[in-house]
Amino acid sequence: MGESRPGTAPVLSEDEMMARLRDFVAAQVSLAPGEVRVGSLRRLAGGASRELWSLDVELGGAAPAQLPLVLRRDPPGRQGESDRGLEFRVLRAAARAGVPVPRVHWCCSDASLLGAPFFLMDRLEGETLPRRLLRNPEYAATRAGLVPALGAILARIHAIDASSPELAGLASAGGGSAREEIRRIVEAAQRLAVEPHPVLDLAARWLEARAPEPRRRVLVHGDYRVGNVMFDATGVRAILDWELTHLGDPVEDLGWLCVRAWRFGNDALPVGGVGTREELVRAYQEAGGTPVDPEALRFWEVCGNFKLALVFITQCRAWLDGVPSLELASLGRRTAEAEAELLELMEGPA
Amino acid sequence: MNDRPTGVELLRAVERFLEQEVVPRLDGPRRYHARVAANLVAIVAREIEMEEAQLDSEWERLGALLGLREQRPALRDALRDAVRERTQSLAERIRRGDADRGAWREELIAHLRRTVADKLAVSRPPRVTREESA
Repeated sequence: MGESRPGTAPVLSEDEMMARLRDFVAAQVSLAPGEVRVGSLRRLAGGASRELWSLDVELGGAAPAQLPLVLRRDPPGRQGESDRGLEFRVLRAAARAGVPVPRVHWCCSDASLLGAPFFLMDRLEGETLPRRLLRNPEYAATRAGLVPALGAILARIHAIDASSPELAGLASAGGGSAREEIRRIVEAAQRLAVEPHPVLDLAARWLEARAPEPRRRVLVHGDYRVGNVMFDATGVRAILDWELTHLGDPVEDLGWLCVRAWRFGNDALPVGGVGTREELVRAYQEAGGTPVDPEALRFWEVCGNFKLALVFITQCRAWLDGVPSLELASLGRRTAEAEAELLELMEGPA
Repeated sequence: MNDRPTGVELLRAVERFLEQEVVPRLDGPRRYHARVAANLVAIVAREIEMEEAQLDSEWERLGALLGLREQRPALRDALRDAVRERTQSLAERIRRGDADRGAWREELIAHLRRTVADKLAVSRPPRVTREESA
């Protein structure tokens, strides 16, 4: 934040952002600007690829309402590869399909208003830190029900009608056939890694030999993992972070959920450190998910752990290239965790 | 030759200072980053202690896999470079398909398991333990 780049709008003050949001919301709900109040705008901690802001909106007029909201936008001047408008429509479709998600209100694709397209959604109360979920006593019931819940929710996600016209943008939203995905991640790992990684070369050959032929393509969440689950002591409140949604093989989401990093060391339970693959697949199928071939799950799990290695390599590379973050520096050495998981998945336990 | 404390001893002192004096006095992202820093210092200490023996064994295993019999470089930096070079050759053979099947693949897997286990012995990824549940 804070720096303005040539050719982009100057960074807005928070007061200016709130004034513009008040006018925007008023127009959306057909109220006079004086009948809408926007307050308590503050930036939330979150990823670098998009911004999250918390704000409170008060609507006057005939049907007064208090709305605790979250604003999601691309960093101004740097519109990412994902599309906020599409993410907004995906969230709306997910809510209609019975997937727990924050309710979305309004989307603005006009970048001139706040420097980048954005949308507004409900601000839910809940916890998102996986370590707390795995450790804290108050979440014991949530832990116990987590894998069945995630399996059932995923079946609902994959049942969303991806052919509806409002989701037309999904076709070009990245991701693709297993073969294209492998080509992309293998090429990226070879380009970015500064050390040779024979385990990744071996995994690349393994994946290339087993890429499933394209079959039914569904709406895939694309980042379905415990870190994107909002929960409380009663269970799952919402599935977050829909910016990587695309059309693909449904088993891709199941495989990614089993990736080693989301277990936080609790490797005896491969699904998020809280459940087994069998438990996940059973819940998914019982909720209407297409029967899952164990070999397909293994393929996507290998693919997921390869992507995990790529994440570590990419973050390490960013540090080597000069981004002065201690956390980035610490991640290069974690590549070995993904390699250990790849060996175990391909060759069995040592 | 330097005086005591040794490099490893100094790093352990820094780790202890960060863990016991700094982490408890911070909160939020700073607390987290102080913990990351303590962890990185511990990794470096383990690397100094273990690297020589690990490189030595890795060099031997790579030699057997690649059928090479050069002299082992005497100094640690040169040995590390040489191991990287052999690993690069290994990676190229895998990319050519030499390890797709057969007895060589079995030998390769054993080598890679050991290499990855050695890396993890140094980086020692955090485990979720009951004591940490607070």
